[in-house]
Amino acid sequence: MMSLKKYMPAWVMRVGLVTVLLLFAAGIVFWGGFNWALEETNKEEFCISCHEMKENVFKEYQNTVHYTNRTGVRATCPDCHVPKEWGPKLVRKIQASNEIFHKMLGTIDTPEKFNAKRAQLAQNEWNRMKANDSQECRNCHRYDYMDYTEQGNRAAKQHPQAFIDGKTCIDCHKGIAHQLPAIDQHIGAQNEGAALISHGEKPEVKSAEEKK
Amino acid sequence: MRFIPALALAAAVLLSGAGVVCAQENLESLRGKTPINQEIRTDNMFRPEKDQDLIPRNFQKQPPLIPHNIKGYNITQNFNKCMDCHSKERAEETGATLVAKSHYLDREDKKHANISPRRYFCMQCHVPQFDAKPLVENTYKPAAK
Repeated sequence: MMSLKKYMPAWVMRVGLVTVLLLFAAGIVFWGGFNWALEETNKEEFCISCHEMKENVFKEYQNTVHYTNRTGVRATCPDCHVPKEWGPKLVRKIQASNEIFHKMLGTIDTPEKFNAKRAQLAQNEWNRMKANDSQECRNCHRYDYMDYTEQGNRAAKQHPQAFIDGKTCIDCHKGIAHQLPAIDQHIGAQNEGAALISHGEKPEVKSAEEKK
Repeated sequence: MRFIPALALAAAVLLSGAGVVCAQENLESLRGKTPINQEIRTDNMFRPEKDQDLIPRNFQKQPPLIPHNIKGYNITQNFNKCMDCHSKERAEETGATLVAKSHYLDREDKKHANISPRRYFCMQCHVPQFDAKPLVENTYKPAAK
């Protein structure tokens, strides 16, 4: 023991070697546990353990290409809705506490209530994806590696132009995994409360249109 | 004498029963005669044709065919995926064919600012193309452009 004491810093001597080792072990356990909890709440089974998700958005999603497709590569809920990077992920997880609050309030606990809120819920997600340049899409779909000769005529024409215009995925690809809320498409009597959606276009043209 | 109609009825029931049995043996659904607990052969599945240029019309006023894949394009009360590109507001930007003027007329031929509700379901008239070959020989010749 005497030989060990020589190497110990003063603060370790003060609190004791055993305490320091125990704290170190506790740190590992807590940090591991924290990450384990983060990962457990980042699974599809966790998301659809709430009937709000299972009965509405998950059902709609099952008809789309991100659920079932030729090659069997799948995206699960967190692949699109939770950032992969640690910082943004933690921010999103903290924001999710608001969702637990509304789960307890039962804000969207029936399909009718869910659909009444759908425009707002969708807009939140569109804003989030617009703000981070559709990072969750680009985790798999990267512009730089797109082979336009393999894309369909329409996609091969639209994609390069959209990237030149500085658009991001969510500007055009809305409602690809879940049903859209009522959207005002200027093609019929406007549904009451129908949302106006942006295609990531020039805002000054839009405001001129609205003045008319 | 009373039991003769009863006898006739019984005979009719028997005969019709036999008829049903016969019909069941000859019945064939789209699955063919594959029993319900077996997979059907899937080599007769058709694939949508690849995106292509405009397909010429075969007769006057034919609703133009859809020259692209429309998988996953839904038309719901909330959103009409076709009109996301083909509407007046969007056609220029997307390069899609503009919806024809006739689609803005209601059944009284009154013009509206937006497409008529009776035109809302695009695929009632406009259909995509699959690689299905004609089942019988067809001698029809295109009558107009």
